Amino acid sequence: MTTYIIRRLLWGILLLFLVSALTFLFFYIFPAADPAVLRAGRNASPATIAHIRHELGLDKPIYTQYYNYMKGIILHFNFGTSFYSGASVLSLIVNRLPATLSLTVGAVVLWIVISVPIGILSALRRGSFLDRSAMGAALVFVSMPVFWLGLLVLFLFATDIGKFHVFPGASTYVGLTTDPSKWFTSLILPWFVLAATQAAIYSRLLRGSLLEVMGEDYIRTARAKGLTERRVVWHHGVRSAITPVITVLALDIGALLGGAVITETVFDIPGIGRLNYDAILHTDIPIVQGTVLLAAMFIVVANIVVDIAYAYLDPRVRYT
Amino acid sequence: MSEPLLSVEDLRVSFHTDDGVVHAVDGISYSVRTGKTLGIVGESGSGKSVSSLTTLGLTRTQGGRIEGRMMFEGRDLVTLPDDQMRRIRGNEIAMIFQDPLSSLHPFYKVGAQLTEAVLAHRDVSKKTARNRAVELLELVGIPDPRRRVDQYPHEFSGGMRQRVMIGMALANEPKLLIADEPTTALDVTVQAQILALLEDLQDRLGMAIIIITHDLGVVAAIADEIAVMYAGRIVEHASTEQIFGAPQHPYTWGLLKSIPRLDSPRGEELVPIAGRPPSLIHRPSGCHFSPRCPYVQDACKRVDPRLAPVPDQPGQAVACLLEPAVRSQIWQGLKDGRESDTLRELASTGAPLRAGASTPTTSEAGP
Repeated sequence: MTTYIIRRLLWGILLLFLVSALTFLFFYIFPAADPAVLRAGRNASPATIAHIRHELGLDKPIYTQYYNYMKGIILHFNFGTSFYSGASVLSLIVNRLPATLSLTVGAVVLWIVISVPIGILSALRRGSFLDRSAMGAALVFVSMPVFWLGLLVLFLFATDIGKFHVFPGASTYVGLTTDPSKWFTSLILPWFVLAATQAAIYSRLLRGSLLEVMGEDYIRTARAKGLTERRVVWHHGVRSAITPVITVLALDIGALLGGAVITETVFDIPGIGRLNYDAILHTDIPIVQGTVLLAAMFIVVANIVVDIAYAYLDPRVRYT
Repeated sequence: MSEPLLSVEDLRVSFHTDDGVVHAVDGISYSVRTGKTLGIVGESGSGKSVSSLTTLGLTRTQGGRIEGRMMFEGRDLVTLPDDQMRRIRGNEIAMIFQDPLSSLHPFYKVGAQLTEAVLAHRDVSKKTARNRAVELLELVGIPDPRRRVDQYPHEFSGGMRQRVMIGMALANEPKLLIADEPTTALDVTVQAQILALLEDLQDRLGMAIIIITHDLGVVAAIADEIAVMYAGRIVEHASTEQIFGAPQHPYTWGLLKSIPRLDSPRGEELVPIAGRPPSLIHRPSGCHFSPRCPYVQDACKRVDPRLAPVPDQPGQAVACLLEPAVRSQIWQGLKDGRESDTLRELASTGAPLRAGASTPTTSEAGP
């Protein structure tokens, strides 16, 4: 098992190298704009631009640029500085991480709390009114694009532009340590928006998984033992049905920690996704590099976590 | 003779589906006594598994419509409330299933699954239940039970898994054990071991066993009585000796002729039963076996035979319109390896439909 994890980690690191090289290459081949020109400001003389270009190291060939970039990361854990603001990429990311973390954790809790009971009840009462309405609602929510649903809830419930002034709207985010209650209320709408689609997906996933499991022979055995129906469902049915759900969950968490770009942008939450979005607008390549690497790292880690979790959840799975 | 442990009377189980009503079990009656073994034999879809699942109340959740009576020690299992039924399941009546791998939960250790069975019906400590689990593994002949109790089902071989299933079924010393195709998924050598184990356990624990199988060879050694099921009905019911010595129903003959035997003459071919089991939604008129019966007569397509006692064979009953004398001649012919054409002729010339013979009617046919 340990060897397996080490091997997976090494592969993960190799993958991150590949991701960094690809992002580097993309911006070299398809530059959105010249960062030096953007940095120099309006009416800058060609000499100033050339000077800035030299300062940023953009006049060097791409492989030298990449080499210097990777050297900084590996030797000094230095992810470079923003072309736009001059701030350290690492410190920017560290500053933005709490908002993304807050958004992710809250949304995950919310969608699990919604989808687990719905999924289980729908499976156990398949074809009932509850099942049909829940699955109908799931179809509606899964079909709603996040940017549209985000704007919809803002126009409906935000205190500034909403029809009903219920929850704080966009640009109201404050850190948890600054003001916990404001932190909480400012995140209610984004949590809901992010969780809505996922709750729909998860309740369908769990419903399907549990339906399949409840038809298994070992469920019949559990009933034949004379266990209570509650124990049959929870201890034997849900225990099996939840395994694929946990796999998807870990991957989703990994993806979200890399930044929920749309939700963070719609609600103007200063998270990783927003950082990435702004950096792309400004052709701030070091930040794009940093955020992309971070997102890739979360996904690599999530995949490893899934594999390890699987070995614990399903005793038949063994890694060598 | 003492009261039977389980007495099933005119049991009917049907399921409503989009295609129509499936008559899975269509009026069967049988009984089992303590210490005795009943074999229920039939093809897939003959209703044999449904009838036994019904004994445990397991067809209720599948929306089955259940009629008739199933008396078990003074209680009718058809009408018993769910919570009382649950207390009987795994406690007084236990069941083992065909595929021991899919029948054990893959995520739990064997010991946990065994102790769960104990704790479901007994108010004992976890430690006592665990000791009982080890004891059960030992009882069913699993070597090194103290170590094996902490292993997962996938670490056991097929035969060992079935032993675990049997151990689990015996956790609360049931009065009746229902074994649904207990050996079908196993190697032939392992099959014999499992059957020997069941017999041995019956001797030691004195329970009644119902063994359900499609294989007459399986019940030959272990059953005291055999009920042959076809299309949801019992078509022949007799002692094991009678089934093998003087079978009465053409379907039973078919089953017997399709078993490979070591003592049969070299070169003798196995005879499959032609055709397929009938749909349980649209059943054939008359005798349900008539479309596949080599000895079918005109009346068989009109008259639905009821299970009736066989003359001179105490305890044997058959649902067939052929005259008893004709039947015994055909069976004799089959045993001697006579041509099937001759036997078919025998059936029609010696058949009850001949002038002067008693004309079968439904009223006469009742048991």
